[in-house]
Amino acid sequence: MPKQMKQELRHLYLKRNLWSGVLVGVGIAAFLDEVLFHQLLQWHHFYDKSTRTIGIISDGIFHAFGWFASVSGMFLLADLKSRRGWWGKRWLGGILLGSGAFQLYDGTIQHKWMRIHQIRYVENVYIYDIVWNAIAILLVICGAVLVYRTGQRRQP
Amino acid sequence: MNHPGMANELEWFFAQLLLTLPFVGAFVLYVVAVLLSYRTRKPWPLYRTLIWIAGCFAAYLAVAGPIAEKAHTDFAFHMVGHLLLGMLAPLLMALAAPVTLLVRTLPVPMAKGVSQLLRSKIPQVTADPIVASLLNIGALWLLYTTSLFAFMHAHPFLYFLIHIHVFLAGYMFTISMIYIDPVSHRKPFLYRAIVLVIALAGHGILSKWIYANPPVGVAPEQAQTGAMLMYYGGDAIDLLLLFIFCFQWYKATRRSARASLLLQENSRANI
Repeated sequence: MPKQMKQELRHLYLKRNLWSGVLVGVGIAAFLDEVLFHQLLQWHHFYDKSTRTIGIISDGIFHAFGWFASVSGMFLLADLKSRRGWWGKRWLGGILLGSGAFQLYDGTIQHKWMRIHQIRYVENVYIYDIVWNAIAILLVICGAVLVYRTGQRRQP
Repeated sequence: MNHPGMANELEWFFAQLLLTLPFVGAFVLYVVAVLLSYRTRKPWPLYRTLIWIAGCFAAYLAVAGPIAEKAHTDFAFHMVGHLLLGMLAPLLMALAAPVTLLVRTLPVPMAKGVSQLLRSKIPQVTADPIVASLLNIGALWLLYTTSLFAFMHAHPFLYFLIHIHVFLAGYMFTISMIYIDPVSHRKPFLYRAIVLVIALAGHGILSKWIYANPPVGVAPEQAQTGAMLMYYGGDAIDLLLLFIFCFQWYKATRRSARASLLLQENSRANI
């Protein structure tokens, strides 16, 4: 395939590349959080300090969405591949953006605002909070840069 | 939740028998239809027959036999039954495309009647994703968060009605999300996807709710085991449902993908 045509096809599916990445990213973040922190390390569970119904509801919707996101994101990837419109760089940007945004939501809204659970039950939990949210922000920035740069239409 | 007394025993026996009959009947009818289909030289895919049998068996396990017996006294077994009857059996049986088989086995005038019946108002309304989700997940909320669950185990007829509802609502829900048999009013993928996510969330939230708030008459440890079964077992079957849903989207989009690729290549060749 000529290079220019490859460029064209990629630009045709800019949105789809981004969405596929974001969906897979949310799926990965939700999966890693549950497996690493809930099940293996057992640092926290969703139910820890919740007396609020809203906490369980938000978890439920997020879990269902994460489950859906993992499957549908991979099918979108398969579709892009068959259309020869997959753009790895933009897709990766979507993954970083999706997983970073999920982690930031978890770290700020669920941990601090709703207080559903904390990362770990130790003194000086703020150190964990800073690391957690800093990583999230870093992911979001890297993702945003990649998405922005691949979104620019290059003049031929 | 035990049911002592001879008269009562008899009632329970009939409730179980009544629940078993539809699934035995469904099994026999399907196999007969397949055989008829073969005689008219229109072979029916073997895998569809096999998953229909598996679906009937899953439903049968939930309404009769050791699991159903233990479900009266042990909430964890009740939940296994729920997963089999309300989720796995409907999914398997929907995948077996019973309506397609029925329509092509029946004589033409009768087949026309069936398809007319399917195009009428009631099946259309109940097969809407939102209505089907409410009938399915909403009824479960009603069952486990009110005293209905305790009532169900005291009255055989109620037990029968609720179990039939669980299966039918599960089936309706499945066919409202994934289209195997002919559907008269198809809903767009995005619409179905949004309702599906909310419905799955409703199931997950309910299982956590049960974990924390055992239904009337259920011991806390049993409620916790049952809730965990409902949560993780539900996830496993939901994954199957999601996979089939996305696969259908993928197949549907295949045609447009091929067309657009051809268009690209042609326009390139013409320049």
